[in-house]
Amino acid sequence: MIELDFNEKKCLACKTHDCLTKCQYLDLDKDAAGMEMQKIIKGEDSHVLHDCVTCYACEEYCPMGNHPFYLIVSRQEALGITPLPEPLIKRGVQMGIPFRGDPEIEEVQGPVLNMGAFSDLTHLIQGKLFEGLTLISTDPRKMFHYFCQLMYLHYGRISVINERLGKIIQTFAFHNVNQVIHFHDECYGAYTSYAPAFGIHVPFQSVHFFEYLYHRLTTLKNDIQPLNFKVAYQRPCSSRLSSDKYAFVDKIFELIGVEHVERKYKHENALCCGGSILGQKRAGSRALAMELQRKNIQDMKQAGAEFCVFNCPACMLTMGKPVAENQIQPIFMSDLCRMAVGEKIT
Amino acid sequence: MDPIYRALAEIVGEEYVSDQPEELFTYSKDLGTSEPIQPDYVAAPKTAEQVSRIVRMANQKKVPVVPLGGGISLAGLALPLRGGITLDLKRMDGIIELNEKSRYIVVEAGISHGKLTSYLHRHAPHLMHSEPGAPPAATIGGNVVIHGQGDLAHPYGFNSDMINGMEVVLPTGEICRFGSCAIGSGWYTLHPLPDLGLFLGWSGSTGILTKISLRLFPCKKIREMDIFVVEDEELVPDILYELTHAGMAEDLVAWSQEIPPYGNRLHHININITGDSREEMEFKRHLMFDIRLARYIQDGVGGIAAVSQDIERPQISKSADWKKGGGFEYVGSIMPVSAYPECYRRGMEISIRHHIPYTILGRVIGSAHGMMFSYSYAFNRADPETVRQAREALHETDHMVLEIGGTIWKPAVYGQQLVMERMDPNTLQLMKKVKTLLDPNNIMNPGNWEVN
Ligand SMILES: Cc1cc2nc3c(=O)[nH]c(=O)nc-3n(C[C@H](O)[C@H](O)[C@H](O)COP(=O)(O)OP(=O)(O)OC[C@H]3O[C@@H](n4cnc5c(N)ncnc54)[C@H](O)[C@@H]3O)c2cc1C
Repeated sequence: MIELDFNEKKCLACKTHDCLTKCQYLDLDKDAAGMEMQKIIKGEDSHVLHDCVTCYACEEYCPMGNHPFYLIVSRQEALGITPLPEPLIKRGVQMGIPFRGDPEIEEVQGPVLNMGAFSDLTHLIQGKLFEGLTLISTDPRKMFHYFCQLMYLHYGRISVINERLGKIIQTFAFHNVNQVIHFHDECYGAYTSYAPAFGIHVPFQSVHFFEYLYHRLTTLKNDIQPLNFKVAYQRPCSSRLSSDKYAFVDKIFELIGVEHVERKYKHENALCCGGSILGQKRAGSRALAMELQRKNIQDMKQAGAEFCVFNCPACMLTMGKPVAENQIQPIFMSDLCRMAVGEKIT
Repeated sequence: MDPIYRALAEIVGEEYVSDQPEELFTYSKDLGTSEPIQPDYVAAPKTAEQVSRIVRMANQKKVPVVPLGGGISLAGLALPLRGGITLDLKRMDGIIELNEKSRYIVVEAGISHGKLTSYLHRHAPHLMHSEPGAPPAATIGGNVVIHGQGDLAHPYGFNSDMINGMEVVLPTGEICRFGSCAIGSGWYTLHPLPDLGLFLGWSGSTGILTKISLRLFPCKKIREMDIFVVEDEELVPDILYELTHAGMAEDLVAWSQEIPPYGNRLHHININITGDSREEMEFKRHLMFDIRLARYIQDGVGGIAAVSQDIERPQISKSADWKKGGGFEYVGSIMPVSAYPECYRRGMEISIRHHIPYTILGRVIGSAHGMMFSYSYAFNRADPETVRQAREALHETDHMVLEIGGTIWKPAVYGQQLVMERMDPNTLQLMKKVKTLLDPNNIMNPGNWEVN
């Protein structure tokens, strides 16, 4: 039985309830937050379960190292309080079903880079930053065999993750990998945060993509030409599951000579791209998603950002176009790093 | 030398006529499940006069003439069922007049949709025509002749409703014009002269279209596709009713398909919207999603799956790709929008019976005045058994469409017979009289719409 290891005592003893008081989408003081958390722990209905926009940030805000977001999603599912309309849930759950045969599994030597469910972005992985690296999940027809499933946190469907994650991990195990660099934050979060929180064994070591990039850039230091751009970073929701690795964003920026502009929605206060909010059931969700985008981009503009750096393809999909329309160039982190080592981006 | 070949060569030039097996082989094929049938000759005329001379000669020799556009209508409609001359019209692809302010373009009928789209893109980017989801080689003539529909069907109807005038070579060779062009005025309207609508929907069996004046419509700067999803098929007509009431969309297509799995047993409604500014786009989204569809979202029975998706033009169906071998054919039917749930259920049943992953799609025509509802059946070209299965499924679908009160669109000969069996006898007799009057020697695409 896969179960969330949530330490209720720690939560009840918490002095701040930052998980909810810091939430940018709810308006709760410390006492109210404490009361709502108690209800959630007891399995009772709470407005938080209805109003949560599923931005993952409470996982980062929690000062006790607990898992408030995983708890919220578990309770949403248990109480049938789903953030999204049923057809979208069904659609999402079906999306992760592999349907074009099994992948060809080859044993790999040394570290591998896992593209997860973003095989069609394999073209980003080129040039000297990635030399000698073995890639897995490069075939879009087979990518759902490597899909970390964490997307279902937005769907109130912990059960789907728990049902499928073991099989995905097994696919990695068949490759006989011992160290996996994950292209997407979400995959990294699945194996280093979610799996341990639910007691799921992961037989390989995970490396965050930015940590990898940072180390590669360090070895290529002599090739780096400072870019001297002003950049904003669109921090994705899943980065909240690995906040210890978030520091690599600034370390990379420093190394490649770009200025991470000061703005309101930075670091802990990053705003959701709106992608997961857009379709939610709550009245006004679509308009909220649009408003968040507008505020976020306005903030980047005011801060003088010339580039908006993405790592999450979903954020890029949601915000890339509006960002560009505001004369800020959207760019993937890997491309930015490639530019810094003198490579041409097409 | 064969006298027909000689006559053809004299009319179109030696380079544009053939009776050689390798070329006849190519022209014997249809993309769908129809068995190949070879013509005896292929000729590619360049002008209406050449078409007229060929038709006159064919009448003398009593040889069938089969007009061919892109040859991708899929139902074997341009196969030479009784042999004869396949008239490949693709060389007649000129643009005769673009009238931007009056929003029409006069083209030769063999021009492809792809060429017209790129011409407008270059020369009149504020204008567009209604482009079908067919591969870009589909011709304007071939499409209007079968009452096709394109990506402006919701606001403006069938593509054949967008004709401002036409030139037709009759089966006896006369060249006739219809609409304002017939009285020497411009090509700007088909109405209000006496109605001689005898050439559309006949699969080329009453004449060959050589020129067409096509209405053009505003082409806005920003284009996007939004997607709304429901699980309960009964909701689809209601949602389309709401969306057509809002009147903000440029194209509305509901679809459901077994593969890829995310579409299985769900109904996606693709909503194309366009605008000249972000404000216009947001206003349209607001009206549709926050006003007309809000209650479905809040009740949890419908949801916005995506907004701001890029629109590919043409939006070609990919359903052939889901099975090895790359073949597919569909029954298109014109249905009331209210029939969507039944169309879906019955279509799925047929697919299951024939072991083919189901693929259904309905495109709204007008303000939900009708819907082109298609049932696609994929097959492996290299596997005759799957071709047979698909053909059986198509025939069964033809029956089903009529049984549930629909009309078959661009029916193959099998479907044409079913339609005519049900047709009002007086209408059927009129069809026969018209055909006999226009085509006394029955040379024009014989076998199609043939009243026995
Ligand atoms: C993947 C796919 C998607 C499609 N989607 C659509 C769609 O969204 N909407 C749609 O409307 N269709 C669609 N189609 C069907 C079809 O391809 C189009 O309708 C196409 O426009 C037909 O034109 P064509 O030039 O290929 O006609 P052809 O197949 O060459 O001819 C069709 C019929 O018209 C006759 N004909 C051709 N030219 C003339 C002429 N100048 N004068 C008189 N008779 C003539 C032929 O003899 C034949 O009977 C699709 C087809 C495919 C393969």
